[in-house]
Amino acid sequence: MDFLDAFLNPEIIARYLPALIRAVWVTLWISVLVVISGLALGALLAGLRAYQKRWLSWPIVLFADLMRALPPLVLMLVLFFGLPSVGIILADWFVLYLILTLVLAAFVEEIFWATMTSLPRGQWEAGAATGLSFLQVLLHVIFPQALRMNIPPLVNRSLTISKMTAYGSVIGVKEIVSVAGSAQAFSGSATPLTMAALAYLIIFYPAMLLSRYIENRFHYEH
Amino acid sequence: MDTIIDAFFNIDIMRQATPLLLKGAWVTLQLCAVVILLGLCGGLALALLASSRSALLRLPAFVFIDIFRAIPPLILLILIYAGLPFVGVRVPPFVAVCIAFLLNNSAYFAEIFRSGIKAIPRGQMEAARATGLSPSQAQAWVILPQAIRNVLPDLLSNVVEIVKLTSIASVVSLSELLYSANMARAVTYNSSPLVMAAGLYLLLLWPLVRVISRFQRGLSISH
Amino acid sequence: MTAAQPLPTLEITALEKRFGETQVLRSIDLKVQNGELVFVIGPSGSGKSTMLRCCNRLEEPTSGAIHVSGKPMLGIPRKELDRMRLQVGMVFQGFFLYPHLTALKNVTLAQRKALKRPRAEAEARALEMLDKVGLKHKADAMPSELSGGQQQRVAIARALALDPKVMLFDEPTSALDPELVGSVLKVMRDLREGGMTMIVVSHEMQFAREAADRVVFMDGGVIVEEGPPEEIFGNPKSDRLKAFLSRVSGEAA
Repeated sequence: MDFLDAFLNPEIIARYLPALIRAVWVTLWISVLVVISGLALGALLAGLRAYQKRWLSWPIVLFADLMRALPPLVLMLVLFFGLPSVGIILADWFVLYLILTLVLAAFVEEIFWATMTSLPRGQWEAGAATGLSFLQVLLHVIFPQALRMNIPPLVNRSLTISKMTAYGSVIGVKEIVSVAGSAQAFSGSATPLTMAALAYLIIFYPAMLLSRYIENRFHYEH
Repeated sequence: MDTIIDAFFNIDIMRQATPLLLKGAWVTLQLCAVVILLGLCGGLALALLASSRSALLRLPAFVFIDIFRAIPPLILLILIYAGLPFVGVRVPPFVAVCIAFLLNNSAYFAEIFRSGIKAIPRGQMEAARATGLSPSQAQAWVILPQAIRNVLPDLLSNVVEIVKLTSIASVVSLSELLYSANMARAVTYNSSPLVMAAGLYLLLLWPLVRVISRFQRGLSISH
Repeated sequence: MTAAQPLPTLEITALEKRFGETQVLRSIDLKVQNGELVFVIGPSGSGKSTMLRCCNRLEEPTSGAIHVSGKPMLGIPRKELDRMRLQVGMVFQGFFLYPHLTALKNVTLAQRKALKRPRAEAEARALEMLDKVGLKHKADAMPSELSGGQQQRVAIARALALDPKVMLFDEPTSALDPELVGSVLKVMRDLREGGMTMIVVSHEMQFAREAADRVVFMDGGVIVEEGPPEEIFGNPKSDRLKAFLSRVSGEAA
C-alpha cells in the first residue's frame, strides 16, 4: 500500500489533474509545431542541397552535422542563457521549439538527401526529358519518392524529437515534466511524476504502435 | 560582434573552466561506457525474446519495448531519482541514471536488433536447423552475426543518441559534462563554458556523425 | 519364405499434413532403401516439397510416422530431433548458404557446433567434401563471390559433411541459370554412384530417366503412381500422370 500511496495517491491525482492536462496541451502543440516546421525545413534544405552549389551545400552539411552531433539540451541552454547577454530575449517555449525544429530538420535533411542520391539518375533525366524544370523534377518526381520510401524513419525521428519537449522543463516551459516536477515539490509526493509518465504513455504508446504498423506495412511493400 | 565573442567565446573564462569541464567530460565518458554496454546487453536479450516463436515470451517483450520507447528518458530518470525515496529507496545519481538508461536504451537497441533479426530470410534458420544446429546455436552462429552486421549503422547512430542523452544526467546533479559547464556558467555569469561543452561533445561525436552519413549513403547506393 | 526385408533408410507411413483447412498431404506411404535414388515428380502444389520438408520436420506433419533407419523422427524431444536431423541432409532450392561465412566455414559450422568435431577434423572433412563437389579451390570464397551453381554445390558439401544417411534435394536446380544446372546434376550423379540414399524433388526429367531407381508421381497431396523410370515415363497408367507428362514434354519441346 505504501507504494501505491507514494506513486498513485488518488487525492493528489485529483488535485493536480487539471494542471497536468493543461501541460499536456502545451507538450502537444509544441510537438506538433516542431514536427511540421522540422519536416518542412529539412525538406527545404535537402532541396537546396540538390542544386549542388558548393556555397549552398557546405553550410547545409555543416548545419546538419552540428545539429546531429550536439545534445539538444546543450543547445537550449546556450541559447536560453547566452542570448539575453547580447540583448536578445526569447520566450522559453520558443527556445524549445526552435532547437527541436532545427534538430529535426537536420535529421530530415539527411534522410531525404540519402534517398535523393540513391534514386537512379534516370529519374532526374526522365523528368528533364519531359520538359520539367529542375525545381519541378524535384517537387513532383524526387520528393514524392523520397517521402514514400522514408515514412518509417521520418515517423520514428519525429516521435523521438517530440518526446524531447520534456527538456523544456529545464528552462521553465510549463510542459508535462516541469508541471509534474513542481507539483511533486509542493505536494511532497511522487504521484505527479507517475502521472507525467502515464501522460506520456497515453500520448506516445499509441504512436509507437502506429509506427510499428507503418513499418510493417512499408516493409512488405518492398 | 565583441559582445557576442564576450558572451559566447570568452577565452579567459574558458581557460578557467577547463579543469572542471575536463573532469565533467571524463564522467560523461565513463557514464557512456556503462550505459551503452548495459543497453546493448539488455537490448539483445529483449530482441531475442521479441523474436521468439512463443507469444508468451514475445508479448511482454513488445510491451516493454513500446512502453520505454514512449516515456521520455528524462521523466523516467526523475521518477527514479526523486520518486524512489518516497518508498524508502535512495539511489545515488549515477545509479539512477544507469537504471533509467538501461530501461530506455534496451528498448531502443532491442528494436534495432529485432529488425535486423527479422530481415534475415527464413531459409537461413531452416538451413541451420536442417544441419542439426539447435535453435540457440542457429541464432548465435547464423542469424545474429548477419543481423548485427546489417544493423551496424543503426547501432552506431543509437550510440550517438545515447552519448547526447547522457546530458540529461545533469538534471539529477550528476557532475557530467553539461552539469559542470552549467555550474561554470552560473558562477561566471557567462555562457562560454556551455559553448566549450558543446565543443567537447562535437569533438567526440562529429566523427561518428560523419561515419553514419557515409554509411547511409553507401547503403542506399548499394540497394 | 523370403528373407526379411532390410530396414528401409527412410520410411514414411500414413503421413498427413494440413495447413488449416487445406489438406496438403494425405496418407503418404513411401519406403526408400539404402542406396536408392527416389525421384519425386508432380505439378506444383502437389505436395512434393511439403513431403520432403516433413522428412526432417521443417514442416510439422499433422499425423503419421517417419523413421530413419528404424528410428522415429516424430514425437521425440528437441535434442533428439537435432541429432536425428544430422542423419537427414537437406539441399534447398534457394541454397541458403550463410552469407557471412566463407565456403569452408559454411561446411564446418554444424560439424563443430552440432557434431562437436574438433576444428582440424571438421576442416579436413570440409575440404574433402568441397573437393568432392569440385570446389576445393573456392574454400575461402564468400558465398557472394560464387555463382549459383557453385553455391548449391557448397550447400551439398555442407550437408554431406555431417555424414547423413539420406539426402533430400528440394528442387536443387530450379533457381539456377540453365548453363549451371549441369554441374549440380553431375555432383548428384557422383553421389548416387557413391551409394548415397537420395530423395530428389525436381523437374529435371532427363536426369530422372538416367539416374533414378524409382520415380514417384504425386498430385493433389497423394502418391498417384510409382515405379521404375522406364515404366513411369514409358508406360504411364493413370490419366493424371499421362496428362502431367504430356504437359511437361510439351513445355520442353
